[in-house]
Amino acid sequence: MQGLIAHLAAGIGAAFTVIGAGYGIGRLAGSALEGMARQPEAAGDIRTAMIIAAALIEGIAFFALVICILLAFK
Amino acid sequence: MANLLYAATESAQEAAEAAGHAGGAQDAGEIMKHLIAHVYDHPVISINWHPFGWEWLDLSVTKLTLMMWIAAALILILFRSLAMLQRREGTHGRYVNFFEPFVLYVRDEMVYPIMGKPKGRKYLPLFLTQFFFILFANLLGLIPYMATATGNLAVCGSLAATTLVTIFFMGMAEQGLFKFWKNLVPSGMPFWLIPLLFPIELISIFIKCFALTIRLFANMTAGHIVILTFIGLIFIFQSYLVAVPSIGFALFIYMLEIFVGLLQAFIFTMLSIIFINMAIHPHH
Repeated sequence: MQGLIAHLAAGIGAAFTVIGAGYGIGRLAGSALEGMARQPEAAGDIRTAMIIAAALIEGIAFFALVICILLAFK
Repeated sequence: MANLLYAATESAQEAAEAAGHAGGAQDAGEIMKHLIAHVYDHPVISINWHPFGWEWLDLSVTKLTLMMWIAAALILILFRSLAMLQRREGTHGRYVNFFEPFVLYVRDEMVYPIMGKPKGRKYLPLFLTQFFFILFANLLGLIPYMATATGNLAVCGSLAATTLVTIFFMGMAEQGLFKFWKNLVPSGMPFWLIPLLFPIELISIFIKCFALTIRLFANMTAGHIVILTFIGLIFIFQSYLVAVPSIGFALFIYMLEIFVGLLQAFIFTMLSIIFINMAIHPHH
């Protein structure tokens, strides 16, 4: 029974993580693309900052992923 | 965590082999555990000698150790010969022209804009080493029969530990022994806020380096597990029809893995530069 709940918790946790990370990175990409469209000269700087911010958000998502994997293999 | 997972996989592996010998069809979970066991480490040369009688220190040469040695040897051979070729006048060969943009990118677009020229030149070898070691370790993991050295928590932890040690030691060396701790808290704070802010700032240094580890480890391992999952689907469904789209997806994720390997090396080095810059240049 404990194993079942652990697996269920891992699945639900992973789902919520993906929702959060996807929403965050989606908003980030939208703003970045809008900025690049308004001012094409700054496209290089915006692209670099976008990649750094996306990696930070993805890092948080991977925290949750590691916890879910720990739960799933319990 | 890795020992627990390894032990769990070992017992699952034995159970799967027993089930496989007993009957034809295996449980889906057993198949996946058997496949994911490919991500784990195993010794190539077992060394049973323990220095000082420390039984917990296992010095055997495992597959990941071999991969790290190969990556280090690649960096040594490649960049020493490139440096010696570079000293000659005139146009350089294909190999110098291939690696020169990478080195110049790290120097001119990553280190110098953030740290400035004099300090940046001093710390440039550290960042170049981090970037190229992570890059080669990530890309070596994509060759068949080889393993990803950065897919192990301990290796990623050691790489982040170099950043951590640099932050503390070079921070104290550049700013002075006590000024470093004083500059952790931004100036102009009401003094009753300082006992609250100082532990937060201190812990945040450790958390940032921990995040570096987890980011690198999880990105590398997750890619491999996704590829193994797609291939495992073929064995779970036991049909040839699943093989075509499954291999297609696995190949697509494989291409993505190459990009992610490059990206993670870039992100690790960039964040390392930003953290060390915050440590040696006090923000005003």
